[in-house]
Amino acid sequence: MITQTEYINHHMQNLQLNLHTMTIGNGGFWTINLDTISVSVVLGLLFLAFFYSIARKATAGVPSKALNFVEAAVEAVDGSVKENFHGNRLLIAPLALTIFVWVFLMNFMDLLPVDLLPRLMGAAGVEHFRAVPTADVSQTLAMGLVVFVLTIFYNFKSKGVVGLGKEILTRPFGKWLFPVNIAFRVIDECVKPMSLSLRLFGNLFAGELIFILIALMPWAAQLGLGVVWTLFHILIITIQAFVFMMLTIVYLTMAQENH
Amino acid sequence: MTTDVIQLIASVQSFSAIAAGLLIGLAAMGTAIGFGILGGKFLEGVARQPELSGMLMGRMFIVAGLVDAFAAVALGMGLVLMYAKNPFVAALLAYVKN
Repeated sequence: MITQTEYINHHMQNLQLNLHTMTIGNGGFWTINLDTISVSVVLGLLFLAFFYSIARKATAGVPSKALNFVEAAVEAVDGSVKENFHGNRLLIAPLALTIFVWVFLMNFMDLLPVDLLPRLMGAAGVEHFRAVPTADVSQTLAMGLVVFVLTIFYNFKSKGVVGLGKEILTRPFGKWLFPVNIAFRVIDECVKPMSLSLRLFGNLFAGELIFILIALMPWAAQLGLGVVWTLFHILIITIQAFVFMMLTIVYLTMAQENH
Repeated sequence: MTTDVIQLIASVQSFSAIAAGLLIGLAAMGTAIGFGILGGKFLEGVARQPELSGMLMGRMFIVAGLVDAFAAVALGMGLVLMYAKNPFVAALLAYVKN
């Protein structure tokens, strides 16, 4: 029999690989969360394989249900990119679609029963396993940093070194206050990936924790509360995936546009 | 354990409970106000131009995701403090053991 705190802490512990010694355990900075990486890669491959196989089979005749679904998803995302981003969408639109579906699938792991994957992995001899990759801050921060690198790339690409330098030095307060302008710009650029990743992480972490707390209640309370929270959570995970996608598009648009 | 150590732990726990309550309660108040304003403005917008309701609904959900986010962070921190790990009590216990 384990106590409530032990149960929660067990569910909060990642399956970690220490890169110094190549053994399971925490290695400080040189640690990889194996469960996060494996679940996210498997889900990403699932998404790619599903969309690729459907797209290969597309015909001019009567479309199948799966093809309809894929087309609707692609067109909806492409439409919202087109509304905001003016320019070549060859990179941005697939990026937005990938972010939306991938984040949604990773969030969806939260709707599996909290003990399902940990128990299965426990039966296979793995002690700790966290099923939700986006409830791990390293996953969301990595995605935020990719968006950060892309915004820098688009800044240079659309404005050039001279144009970007001029914009950083003179906006928003004019050329005489250039130290303030630089400080504002640095803060602005650094806050973007932080808020992007912490928003997703916080929502999913809180959601997972509430599911764990519900799992500690007597079974009658679990039924009602579990259903209510699951229904509410379907809304949350979709909105968070959508918000992550929209903010990526908006940040890249801001980076690309000349003022 | 002597009584003064128990008293110390109890006082740290009581402050942690207040902190968790404030974390959850203030964040909930903030989002409640935010959602109230958001929903009210949405209804105003739809009443003014009903044909835009579809687009406004989408935009409202984006902003709802933004409003919701940091309350969820605060909620998670509060719940961890209450149910999972209390770092303050753990630090006190480690100090007492030495």
